[in-house]
Amino acid sequence: MAAARKPWRFNQVSQAANMAISALFFALAVITLLPLVFVVIISFSAESSILQKGYSFVPILWSTAAYDYLRDTSNYIGRAFINSIGITVVGTAIGLVLISTLGYSISRPTFRLKKLYTAFIFFPMLFSGGLVATYMVNTQIYGLKNTYLALILPGACSTWYTIIMRTFFQTTVPDSIIESGKIDGASQIHIFLRLVLPVSLPVIATIGLFLTFSYWNAWYGAMLYLDSSHRELYPLQYVLVSIQNSISFMARNEEYYNSEVIKQIPTESSRMAIVTVVVLPIACSYPFFQRYFVNGLTIGAVKG
Amino acid sequence: MYPASSRDRFNRSPISAGSVGKRKKRRFLLDDLQLVMLSLPSIVWYVMFCYVPLFGIVIAFKNYKLAPGKGFIYSLFVRSKWVGLKNFAFLFKSPDVLIIFRNTIGYNLIFLLIGLVLPVTLAILISHMHSRRLAKTFQTAMFLPHFLSWVVISYFVYAFLSTDRGLFNQLLRSMGKDPVTWYQQVKYWPFFLVFLNTWKTMGYSMVVYLASLSGIDHSLYESAVIDGATKWQQVKGITIPLLRPVISILFIMNVGHIFNTDFGLFYQATRDSNSLASVTETIDVYVYKALMERSNYAFASASGLLQSVLGCIMIISTNYLVKKIDPDSGFF
Repeated sequence: MAAARKPWRFNQVSQAANMAISALFFALAVITLLPLVFVVIISFSAESSILQKGYSFVPILWSTAAYDYLRDTSNYIGRAFINSIGITVVGTAIGLVLISTLGYSISRPTFRLKKLYTAFIFFPMLFSGGLVATYMVNTQIYGLKNTYLALILPGACSTWYTIIMRTFFQTTVPDSIIESGKIDGASQIHIFLRLVLPVSLPVIATIGLFLTFSYWNAWYGAMLYLDSSHRELYPLQYVLVSIQNSISFMARNEEYYNSEVIKQIPTESSRMAIVTVVVLPIACSYPFFQRYFVNGLTIGAVKG
Repeated sequence: MYPASSRDRFNRSPISAGSVGKRKKRRFLLDDLQLVMLSLPSIVWYVMFCYVPLFGIVIAFKNYKLAPGKGFIYSLFVRSKWVGLKNFAFLFKSPDVLIIFRNTIGYNLIFLLIGLVLPVTLAILISHMHSRRLAKTFQTAMFLPHFLSWVVISYFVYAFLSTDRGLFNQLLRSMGKDPVTWYQQVKYWPFFLVFLNTWKTMGYSMVVYLASLSGIDHSLYESAVIDGATKWQQVKGITIPLLRPVISILFIMNVGHIFNTDFGLFYQATRDSNSLASVTETIDVYVYKALMERSNYAFASASGLLQSVLGCIMIISTNYLVKKIDPDSGFF
């Protein structure tokens, strides 16, 4: 850093090379962001404009009708929005409880079952029952079909996040804090809640963010566990999937063309408006959070 | 919280409980019990969602039929007949298996190659930009796709590839050419899929390498400059050799996942178009379709188990390799 601030620009590439590199990354950034901009523009295009001209960066007519439509169908898409928020909040909370308590337990060097627990949580990373077994057990034994829990529980805990948590507790929480708690006669549960958690907010925030983003973006669980007869459970991401399915279904079965199916499909601009509603919270917040994602990578890598 | 006497009996610090040599034999203390209680919900979670499904593996060796009115366990263990390896035999006789394995391994090899070269190159390039601020802005922009789901990206793609309204066909029309039914043309999709995967993962991988670039001691470059080294010589002689462990480890770890594919990329981004199946169906897509669309439990469970076993072998062997390169970097 100090070298970069020196006035004579020590060991820098030439001005021409700098320009070329800057141009390259400008182009890459544009390629990355352009589709998002495009979709937002389509969501603000008038339907007539889309029918006439197709998707365009400069629609003939601008309109917010798509967003009015989203507000009108509050029973379906509005509900999906609330579902997504609810699933994200509850899932993140449950996940944080599971991951932090387990991470703390295996971070204690004196814990008798430390080795056993570590092996126990590592094994699933190596070998899993596979989709069929998981699906059968979740639906037939736990009865998770068509429940919110099906979208929350299977993704709540993760070995990788637990290891990140453990490594943080091992390296950053001073042993003296825990020892002092023990000398005062506090139980491990008390030590964890009152002494360890308050000094572990950075890692809680990091894992919390990981979980928030993954629950907000989740759609696979809904695809597996929700039937089309349980629309009221759909999260936003799965609304997008089901719209796409209806369109493909219609394309394959043209005899249904004027039936109920077509009425349930939102207009072109409304679909893109749903996409915008899904993406905008992410796009606005991730620049502030991205350093946590980079840090999370390096924290977990330290061996304990 | 506890009466002093009971605390003394149970809650002794293990270090004072005996000499270090005896530590292995020490008793299960109250301290341990409390930690077990604390982590009990998580352990229950692991049993429920990771270990119980392992028993479902037997589906692959049975002719699974759901007995009407009976539970899954009864149907599986009592009513369904053992068929040994027949499910696998059927699977290998079907023409699908060649295609799905070719697609899975083929795409992964291409992704590996691109993932090996491109992010390192881009990270080195962006670290040479004069304006830190501009570099940070570009890097942030490129990070965005990492946070987007494939469902959302499939809508992005549709905005460009839609036959009636997509941007590509508008451009073709304005050039006086015939529109293309993109979602039916097999020949374009290998390129689209490679592009999409690169588009989604590039920003993230670049940041990973940037993190290790920033860890390189600056004085190495300073002494190289004093010795008259050019930029290219610095990259070749200092940067690449110092990044090599990170590059190798990430590469080998990705090789370990060569039998796994991103279901969203191959299923959602292609809009599950049947015409494209020959170039988009990977093991994960196949297992999903066999289970959810065709209810073909034999094929779904057999190919799923095959994938798990192969994946396990790959991860164990790649972990062994990683440890040879850097003893501290292995998973286990």
